Amino acid sequence: MSATAGGRRGGRITYAVLICAVLVSAFPLYWTLVAASRSNAELARPLPALLPGPRLPDNLRSVLDEAAIGKALLNSLIVSGAITVGTVLCSTLAGFAFAKLRFRGRGALLGAVVASMMIPPQLGVIPLFMLIVELHWVNQLQAVILPGLVSAFGVFFMRQFLVQSLPDELIEAARVDGASYARIFRSIVVPVARPAMAVLGLLTFMTAWNDFFWPIVALSSQEPTVQVALRQLGGGYVHDQSVIMAGTLLGTLPVLLVFGLLGRQIVGGIMQGAVKG
Amino acid sequence: MPSAEPLALTAPKAPEAPKAPKAPLSPYAFLAPFFTLFAAFGIFPLLYTAYVSLYRAELQTPGELEWRGLGNYTALFTDPFFWTALRNTFTIGVLSTVPQLLMALGLAHLLNYRLRARTFFRTALLLPYATSVAAASLIFAQLFGHDFGLVNRLLDLVGIRPVDWQNGTAASQIAVSSIVVWRWTGYNALIYLAGMQTIPAELYEAAEVDGASRWRQFLHVTVPGLRPTIVFTSVVSTIGATQLFGEPLLFEGSVSGGISHQYQTLGLYMYEQGWGFLHLGRAAAIAWVMFLLIVVVVGANAWAGRRRSLKEAGR
Repeated sequence: MSATAGGRRGGRITYAVLICAVLVSAFPLYWTLVAASRSNAELARPLPALLPGPRLPDNLRSVLDEAAIGKALLNSLIVSGAITVGTVLCSTLAGFAFAKLRFRGRGALLGAVVASMMIPPQLGVIPLFMLIVELHWVNQLQAVILPGLVSAFGVFFMRQFLVQSLPDELIEAARVDGASYARIFRSIVVPVARPAMAVLGLLTFMTAWNDFFWPIVALSSQEPTVQVALRQLGGGYVHDQSVIMAGTLLGTLPVLLVFGLLGRQIVGGIMQGAVKG
Repeated sequence: MPSAEPLALTAPKAPEAPKAPKAPLSPYAFLAPFFTLFAAFGIFPLLYTAYVSLYRAELQTPGELEWRGLGNYTALFTDPFFWTALRNTFTIGVLSTVPQLLMALGLAHLLNYRLRARTFFRTALLLPYATSVAAASLIFAQLFGHDFGLVNRLLDLVGIRPVDWQNGTAASQIAVSSIVVWRWTGYNALIYLAGMQTIPAELYEAAEVDGASRWRQFLHVTVPGLRPTIVFTSVVSTIGATQLFGEPLLFEGSVSGGISHQYQTLGLYMYEQGWGFLHLGRAAAIAWVMFLLIVVVVGANAWAGRRRSLKEAGR
């Protein structure tokens, strides 16, 4: 991996600059923890507290009472989980077809998928909203889940992976043995694609959990995701900074946890997507 | 009539041909789930936006459309807040995209050295990307608070008077941009790093033999090698900047982007028109203006990139 300029060892200045960058990256999150575990008065002192304090449980309790954070966390989990499973499945199916099967219109369809990655999602939000009003889906979780399953990036990502990692001979051999396409998908494609499916799943979960624009349009304070609930916290319902920061902490923690456990895979997935894309 | 004969004839040209037309429906079955959703929730809304933008459509009665022609667009162009939002989108876009990409390039260069704790650095720099827009905006709003915000207190320590990050035009735009810069610099650094790792080591060795300093190597080997990646990241960041929405919305919590709309972006203006004032038709027109803006900027970017490479090829 370190075949290029990476062959050269980093000097002291390299480390110093990188450590500064890491501190800048991490500080706002650390500060959230400090603010969430202190009282407003402690934050307002001339020399504010810089270490976490003892009030985290109190502030968390206030958030749970004042905003529907508990319900929001559950909703976010349902929405992000469903989007992750659905997107990975749809993307793997379509990615396999684009990577290994010959059919009429393949080039044009793949072109449409790639081109659609360039179009901002906000361009379609108004008709999408009118659509869910017609379907009486406003304030229902499927209004966020179904549009979330459309991932041109996912299809492209799986196609790129399968083009390289799935040998044509394997599929041909299975065809000769009389296996159906469905059978081939289950017992050959999925096992080969598993690492890429895992990375796509991680990226999809993070994006779905953090999605903001469409959920605040489609859902309200009665049926929020975490991001919708955070908007209400910041929108003047609560003025207590410590409580707002406690809510922010709760909304961020699940992704940070995933990130702490699987950060290496996420980094790898982003870099892989970058080179191939 | 259809059997092995014609297949065998085409087989030498395309070696994969034999496995194709045996079950002609099957490939489409694999595509069906994605393309059904894509048609319903991707393509249809996209096209329908153009249609809605020509009608009077109100949020309370979304089914009743009344023909307006270009009325939504002319109303837009006579609204001073539209021009404010357009200007803000441009300045905030520059303030957030340029430093973000320059810093990412520098960081990627450092990450490309042989480092101890390589994975730690990469992962830690990606932490902001894992933080949602909503959370990041709330955190930064707190840090930039007028009386008790940490930023003003730090400025106070070095003898600078507190800045009104919410109400000053330049100050609020810098604050909103800093949220974007914070969230995306590490992500872009990883994209650049991935690009750098595909540049052949021999190029650096040759430059070294020619006596090129590290800085010259960076300018004459790394940057040209990264040009496609740089174009890619500037296009993606530009598209992101054009749609900026959550940051200005949550920086203070109002849909107007500050008392005098001083940091209202086009994305926020569209939300205000559609879901604040209930004019969906007008909001659709704004969406189309945003899209045309992106087409122009991306086109200009591609054009500049092509000219650049033509010029270099001519040398």
